[in-house]
Amino acid sequence: MIEIRNVAKSYGKVRVVDDVTLTIARGGLTSLVGPNGAGKSTLLSIAARLIPADTGTVSVDGLDVARTPSDQLARRLAILRQDNHVTARLNVRDLVAFGRYPHSKGRPTAEDRTHVERALAYMDLDGLADRFLDELSGGQRQRAFIAMTLCQETDYLLLDEPLNNLDIRHGVELMKLLRRAATELGKTVVLVLHDVNFASSYSDRIIAMRSGRVVLAGTPDEVMTPDNLSDVFGCRFDVHTIAGKRIATYFS
Amino acid sequence: MKLWLALAILATAVLAAVSLFVGVSDVSLSALLAGTASPQAQLVLVASRVPRTVALILAGSGMAVCGTLMQMIMRNRFVDPSTAGTVEAARFGMLMVLIFAPGLPLVAKMLVAAAFALAGTFILLLILKQVPLRTPVLVPLIGIMLGAVINAALLFIAYRYDLTQSVLAWTMGDFSTVLRGRYEILWVAFALTIAAYVAADQFTVAGLGESFATNLGLNYRRAMALGLTLVAMVTASVVVTVGVALFLGLIVPNLVSLIAGDNLRRTLPWTAVGGAALLLACDLVGRLIIPPYEIPVGTVLGVIGPIAFLFLVLRRGARVA
Repeated sequence: MIEIRNVAKSYGKVRVVDDVTLTIARGGLTSLVGPNGAGKSTLLSIAARLIPADTGTVSVDGLDVARTPSDQLARRLAILRQDNHVTARLNVRDLVAFGRYPHSKGRPTAEDRTHVERALAYMDLDGLADRFLDELSGGQRQRAFIAMTLCQETDYLLLDEPLNNLDIRHGVELMKLLRRAATELGKTVVLVLHDVNFASSYSDRIIAMRSGRVVLAGTPDEVMTPDNLSDVFGCRFDVHTIAGKRIATYFS
Repeated sequence: MKLWLALAILATAVLAAVSLFVGVSDVSLSALLAGTASPQAQLVLVASRVPRTVALILAGSGMAVCGTLMQMIMRNRFVDPSTAGTVEAARFGMLMVLIFAPGLPLVAKMLVAAAFALAGTFILLLILKQVPLRTPVLVPLIGIMLGAVINAALLFIAYRYDLTQSVLAWTMGDFSTVLRGRYEILWVAFALTIAAYVAADQFTVAGLGESFATNLGLNYRRAMALGLTLVAMVTASVVVTVGVALFLGLIVPNLVSLIAGDNLRRTLPWTAVGGAALLLACDLVGRLIIPPYEIPVGTVLGVIGPIAFLFLVLRRGARVA
């Protein structure tokens, strides 16, 4: 369980996260949605101890993330931020293998290698495993980063805009994979998503943020209504039910 | 890969062997083996040639590994101790020792120089925090400027204390004065280079950036501090013994990175061997070009270095933006 209590964060005078209290239960796939600057990414980074909160606390399975030793958390929780610029020249397999660092501290065992090969296969990277990161396209690189995060084999997986740069096929495959991880392996997956329809189609729970606050939280059916969505995003939405899923259109 | 590394080590060993037998005094292998070498030749070999060759290997591998560490930690391809103000700061420390505590043993001198070198690197990091970095080339540019400022202060103070001559002796890598008893502190640099290899994975992870490193449970700041301390101490021990050969820490790490990547566990041995080989080769060139006189290895590298650096900026600047 991730418990976020009264978390706030300001950059200068701008309050990006404004007194958020939120509980994300163990197991299941939760999506954070909201307009640009709503504070989703900042909240996710605070939850994963990458950014310190100004006030408030976050705990994961009862461990305060600000105080728990980082390497202990790294075996429990993995995060991938958006916009990753890596200047180090690693090949894909080596990068993914560093996902095992919290477990093996750089001395990979045979078991670690199995994890690496499986993560490579999940992300459709077998053919690219020996290529250097700077020789890949943006989407391929994103898949390599996700594979590294998967390879960490943590109970909690936090991904900020994981669909960035991914083509439709790889986007859908990733969402299905994360869905399976939540359902079959009992993982807790938290995503920041841009596309409300991806959120609606694969999530157990959607949390909507605006101006640093949580404005809505519920199942896709509860959250995906025209009124809710226009309230969060500030534009007109139509919501349709297609094949049992709530799909929003916003082109009218 | 292992086989290639063995071959590279062999090639370096050949260079080292050649280095033992090149010079004004005639020292020949056959005479040594036959036991007919003159006592003078034996003395030259033991007191001058062997120390010189060992010093070249230790300093070359140390400075190349330092370059790699700095490049990973600062996440910039174009920094090394000589483009980050580190070398100048170490020299400044040496000058302070010379003025205020000239009687200190060499190890203590080295430690003071290392402390100054670390402070210099820290000042650069503080400056870089304040400057919007639009291009990666800006980092070494600021570093070189910082180095120039420290150097100006250094020369002014040295001039006032009439120490200009001593100061100039540390400004350029010159191995002709290396004798038995005056280079042994480089073994400290060697030990630290080995330490860097032991912690190689930490530096690779740190090179992925703070977010990745923290996510993987690495204490990023501690890894950075460890790396920069190693760099400062190796740089200082090279500065106090032979002076620093510029560009070595840029050329070798960048070439290794271009060919083999940045997984330091795998590439650091290449960097170390490459640094030793390049320094040995440049020193040999310097010795052979105008015998019986010598050109300091720093000057030879000073000719090759900028050309290689320009090549790297053009080649990498295009990609690593």
